[in-house]
Amino acid sequence: MKAIEVEHLSKTFNVQKNRDGLKGALQDLFSRQYNQVAAVNDISFSIPAGEICGYIGENGAGKSTTIKMLTGILVPTSGKLNVGGYVPHEEREKFVRNIGVVFGQRSQLWWDIGVIESFGLLRKVYGVPENDYRKRLDELVQRLDLGELLNRPVRKLSLGQRMRCELVAALLHNPSIVFLDEPTIGLDIIVKTEIREFLKDMNREHGTTILLTTHDLQDIEALCSRVIMLDEGRIIYDGGLDTLKSRWGQGTRVTFQFGAACPLERLRTLTSDLQVDWTADNDLHAEVLVPAQLNVSDVLAKVVGQPNIAITDIKITETTTDEIVRQIYRTGSASKPSGADTEGGQPLHV
Amino acid sequence: MFSAYTDFIRIRFLTMLAYRVNYYSGILIYMLNIGVYYFTWQAIYGGQGEIGGFTASQMTTYIAVSWMARAFYFNNLDYEIANDIRDGSIAIQFIRPYNYLLVKMMQGFGEGLFRFTLFMIPGMLIALLLFPVRLPSDPIAWIGFLIMLFFSFLINSQLNLLTGLTAFFVENNQGMIRMKRVIVDLFSGLVIPISLFPGWLSSVMQWLPFQAITYLPGSVFTGRTQGTGILEVFGIQLIWFFVLLIPIFLMWRAARKRLFVQGG
Repeated sequence: MKAIEVEHLSKTFNVQKNRDGLKGALQDLFSRQYNQVAAVNDISFSIPAGEICGYIGENGAGKSTTIKMLTGILVPTSGKLNVGGYVPHEEREKFVRNIGVVFGQRSQLWWDIGVIESFGLLRKVYGVPENDYRKRLDELVQRLDLGELLNRPVRKLSLGQRMRCELVAALLHNPSIVFLDEPTIGLDIIVKTEIREFLKDMNREHGTTILLTTHDLQDIEALCSRVIMLDEGRIIYDGGLDTLKSRWGQGTRVTFQFGAACPLERLRTLTSDLQVDWTADNDLHAEVLVPAQLNVSDVLAKVVGQPNIAITDIKITETTTDEIVRQIYRTGSASKPSGADTEGGQPLHV
Repeated sequence: MFSAYTDFIRIRFLTMLAYRVNYYSGILIYMLNIGVYYFTWQAIYGGQGEIGGFTASQMTTYIAVSWMARAFYFNNLDYEIANDIRDGSIAIQFIRPYNYLLVKMMQGFGEGLFRFTLFMIPGMLIALLLFPVRLPSDPIAWIGFLIMLFFSFLINSQLNLLTGLTAFFVENNQGMIRMKRVIVDLFSGLVIPISLFPGWLSSVMQWLPFQAITYLPGSVFTGRTQGTGILEVFGIQLIWFFVLLIPIFLMWRAARKRLFVQGG
């Protein structure tokens, strides 16, 4: 069963053009000019029930706009949309009973009243029966360790405390689909980890479908089996995180530090039967790039223990997701990098 | 679900109660306003019997009751809505299974209940002590006035919703909100009773909703409108209440389509 289905979805905003100078301002008074800006441009994807999907992209790539269409806040310019069996913007009030939304940058709790009062009000808004509410609240309060926060007014909570309360507020009515728009923004590492653990457990226990946007790729690595990457309103990658890594990752980098000078030629000869690439800044330091299909230990076996090579330090670094994603953002394409000809190449859908 | 709406009334009432000290100065300001208009009109009358169908004593009562009615029906729903739209928190309102405008009306009513019990009634008592206000002796006038006062609140709040919603269509509607405020105070008959406007303006006012906010309930309270006349003026209020639902509905629908959430 598909929880979310999106076909050829687009959203275009009219953005007023401001002309320069006094003359321009006067002209703007009488005839306004608009630029059409496509925030989301013909995207299609579907997410099966029970999946955690990461939705990533640079600032302004159209992530939030997509989330706002999927949650019924914005009306799409064109395209088809089905979330949990509803067309979000058409049957908004019925539809939103079934979803939970957290915006990391906006609070959905009432500023002036106590946390528990906010929850009680949400119970009534969503029409959750008293018994279900008690059970669910106890479970969430215990899981997220909110005990002593419940009677404080929202304005007196720290960001981490508030974020945990926001999660409870979004989940009290036990939604089957949850949208999280940058849920870990500005949080410290402990709260981040807590929230990730919590989301993972929720997905496992309740089969909740989760769509998550974030700039913290560790969120994605901890939670998502699948990522959708967006650039300038278009999907440039949709598939497993592993696939992305193996296709983009450039293998493993091994850095050697030598006690005595060791010429690069020597190292090249030692590993001549392996397809590896050595570089060095000076005689005391060398770096080798081991492609993904080769074993790092094979390379090490050739170098370590050789007479006249005094190794003082070895450092092995894997290409991180951050590096991969940074590179993709920079080129604006997720096709495999194979030299200069990929620049400006067609985006690849997987 | 209905209990959620009543909760919005309760919570706003309690929130206002927490800030009640702010309203003590409000009572003083309203007394000053009543005083200024009272002495101005005393000077204008200068012993004359009637101006614009008002006797001097009716005018005093009219001024007092109009300002105290404003103490009740006034609210900042227009600012609140415009702020929600401008800072983008309107998005949160759309992910909840309720009608945003109805919630706003409920919050306005919670504020109204607070203003009625802790602002209007104490204010009225003080006004009675300070100025020669004549309360109606006819219970029908009291009942009619109180019902119409409630509709003053409804119609004024409807105008506030409309003004607030313009924030969807223009980048900055602060000027419009301020203009609306002046227009309501002037054209509702708070500053000058409508019967004192020049003939053409007064007949234009007959076709606008503002008189339903202050002038009509005030005329019931002062006894200038009596008997079946009360039903007539109440009918005008009812008609405006229903007529104003139409532009609110249309504007809300148009706003949904062009909603642009600020701040991404």
